Amino acid sequence: MLSYYFHLAIRSLRHNKVLTGLMVLAIAVGIGASMTTLTVMHLLSGNPLPGKSDVLFYAQVDPNPNGAASRHQEPPDKLDYQSAIDLWSKHNADRQALVVESPVKLSAPDVKRPPSMGMLMSTTADFFTMFDVPFQYGGSWTGEDDARRSRVAVISSELNDRLYGGVNSVGRTLRLRNDDVRIVGVLKPWRPAPQFYDVAGGRFSQGQTADYYAKPEDAFTPFYTGLEVNDGHFEQFNCWDAPKVPGHLMGAGCEWIGLWVELDSKAKVTSYRSFLANYAAQQKALGRISYADNTRLRDLMDWLQFNQVVPSDVRLQAWLALSFLVICLCNTVGLLLVKFLRRSGEIGIRRALGASRRQIFAQCLIEASVIGVFGGAGGWLLTLVGLGLVRRQPVAYADLAHLDVSMFGLTFLLAVLVSAFAGTLPALRASRIAPALQLKTL
Amino acid sequence: MHIQPILVALRRHKAGTVLIALQIALTLAIVCNALFIIHERVAHISEPSGVDEADLFVIANQWGAQYSTQETVERIQQDIATLRQLPSVQEASAANSYPMRGVGWDNFITMQPDQRAPTSDAAYFTGDENFLRTLGVKLIAGRDFRPEEVQNMGLRQNVATPVAIITKAMADKLFPKGEALGKTFYAMTSTPITVIGIVDVLHRGDVSTWSAPYAGESMVVPIRLAVPSGLFYIVRAKSGQLAAAMREAPKALYAENRMRIIDPKDGLLSFAQVRHRAFERDRGMAILMGIICVVLLAITAAGIVGLTSFWVGQRRRQIGVRRALGATHRDILNYFMTENLLISLGGLAIGVLLAFGLNLWLVTRFTLAMLPLTYVLGGVVILLLLGQGAVFAPALRASRVPPIEATRPA
Repeated sequence: MLSYYFHLAIRSLRHNKVLTGLMVLAIAVGIGASMTTLTVMHLLSGNPLPGKSDVLFYAQVDPNPNGAASRHQEPPDKLDYQSAIDLWSKHNADRQALVVESPVKLSAPDVKRPPSMGMLMSTTADFFTMFDVPFQYGGSWTGEDDARRSRVAVISSELNDRLYGGVNSVGRTLRLRNDDVRIVGVLKPWRPAPQFYDVAGGRFSQGQTADYYAKPEDAFTPFYTGLEVNDGHFEQFNCWDAPKVPGHLMGAGCEWIGLWVELDSKAKVTSYRSFLANYAAQQKALGRISYADNTRLRDLMDWLQFNQVVPSDVRLQAWLALSFLVICLCNTVGLLLVKFLRRSGEIGIRRALGASRRQIFAQCLIEASVIGVFGGAGGWLLTLVGLGLVRRQPVAYADLAHLDVSMFGLTFLLAVLVSAFAGTLPALRASRIAPALQLKTL
Repeated sequence: MHIQPILVALRRHKAGTVLIALQIALTLAIVCNALFIIHERVAHISEPSGVDEADLFVIANQWGAQYSTQETVERIQQDIATLRQLPSVQEASAANSYPMRGVGWDNFITMQPDQRAPTSDAAYFTGDENFLRTLGVKLIAGRDFRPEEVQNMGLRQNVATPVAIITKAMADKLFPKGEALGKTFYAMTSTPITVIGIVDVLHRGDVSTWSAPYAGESMVVPIRLAVPSGLFYIVRAKSGQLAAAMREAPKALYAENRMRIIDPKDGLLSFAQVRHRAFERDRGMAILMGIICVVLLAITAAGIVGLTSFWVGQRRRQIGVRRALGATHRDILNYFMTENLLISLGGLAIGVLLAFGLNLWLVTRFTLAMLPLTYVLGGVVILLLLGQGAVFAPALRASRVPPIEATRPA
């Protein structure tokens, strides 16, 4: 029976090619637009560290010594040097990493290539284990290297390809500005989306957050090593007191360092919260800061949400595309209604010959679904075109835009659901056609 | 034209009528908001820079060697001299940034040294006595910098200058009562800064949304920045010789001193390229919105054509009867045109509400401005014309139904 209905559907669709084409096109355009934007949304709003995101926390205190109370509902997004070092050196969490990013001039003494500008991540040894960073060659430096301010570095696979042609470069020398560091590790290609450990200041960005999806840094060094070799090139998140020497923020009244901690159990989270609160209270008692009750400990996903990492243009486009789909749906419902009711005579005869309402309904719905499958195929092609366009946009996340298996499946599911949904009302109407009336007019 | 019979007929086609009306309503809501977004982005893209865009280009220079501040100053002056000697170059100057760079320095501006909430957040340009002349900025009051006022600022140094040239927009913000010349303000130092000149327009380096409240508020201080990177040579070519100047300038610089990096990708940009890059995202969004509008209108029109065609086919017999009873071609045409007008008006009434509702939501979620009434009215007119245009062909076919149809079975 189903194959007969299918046969009928193809026949009927071929009967009026323009109308069929219009419906397929409407569904394809609606699906293409929605799936392009939904795929981008899906890629940008995903969990950058699934399985681990709920044990990673971002610590904040409000180190401001003065300032109007009304402007301090939230602590600043980064820590000043003093607080960052105090909190980190207590080692009260399972793992902890200080993070600060800065632009740096990169070259290799034994490679004949002009120097280039790149990004340097100054962090502590736990960074790589905390964030599940994959290594291609070598490995992380140790906590001892952190303390000794060893001149060592871990480099990205991209930098390794660029400088050393992708071979094992562990043990070779990299020049950061004017200082040489020894390479101890080379990463595998690593592209978390967003680059979560650097995210900060989203609430001030007015939705222009595309740069959170930039690639990870080119080089990673122990925290103090980075501070020394790249001194004078650090950028503050905010300052309550302008630094005396620009770019040199140690001891200045500036917030510029992030602190991530890993806490494996609820109890540890609670105790770390009170550790933060106690620290702030103690610092207030010492007269260094003025807001002791303004501390936060957000987990990774909360921190991303707080920063509204998905750019507003992307969200706007997703909403627009969905409303676009609704309009396409209206259109298809109208056209299907036309198509089915135009065949009232034929349906009347089938009813008179014994077809039940249910059978008519099924027949119409199958016809609608066939349109859905074709629309889905068209929509899939349009989605590929759309994502191709996204890849050509001048945005940091451009290279991320691709259709994964789940979104590919969703495309067809959405297409068939949309057309079946669009077909329901017209099919119901068609199945209610009174046979007698139709036969009379024949 | 009697409306009553049309309404009665429409009542027998509720589903189709509601669908068309709904589609028109949604289309109106989206199209007028999309048009408004396009308008906002285009207005942003076409902001005036205040500089002589046709003849300007910018070189981002980074030193490959370690120089002291004094050495750097000498190198910069040497470079500027080299650039000026080129036959195609009119003028050159070194600065920390330039208008529409995409990012830029900005300093909080206060009227008192101990003021908490800043009055403005001005774009901060460092330039020498040639800066304004090179850019071709119009000085409307006061004077330009004198060579002896220009101080050197090396890496990891802070220099407080006692004077500045500010834009008219900034002068109006700081001194709403007028007469900014000679008055003082503070820019994150305890040194009062005296306004010695006012320029007409000098666009900020930054173009993103957050700096919109400070649009056009820029200041120039007489500082010669002597840093290894983050330094820009702004070069003005002689009229019509931009291409030649852009070819010669990097060659001349490299010939003079090889120890430098001029990024092959974006180290050398004409001002047209600067403008293009600064607003790439806005242009992309505007184009996307434009495409969405066109496709939506096309789909809506196609829907109207399809449904009306069906109605015409369905009513051939009735049309025949009406024609047999004396209705003219024009009567039948008018009937379908009016029918569409009524449905459109109904849809548009809902659409206007939806449009403002959607806008309200966009205002709260995406910091869009309030939708002006003109956009809604424009959208209404577009959709009315679209509906009438779409219905015309099927209506014309209806009017050609011969009276003899009345005698034939449907």
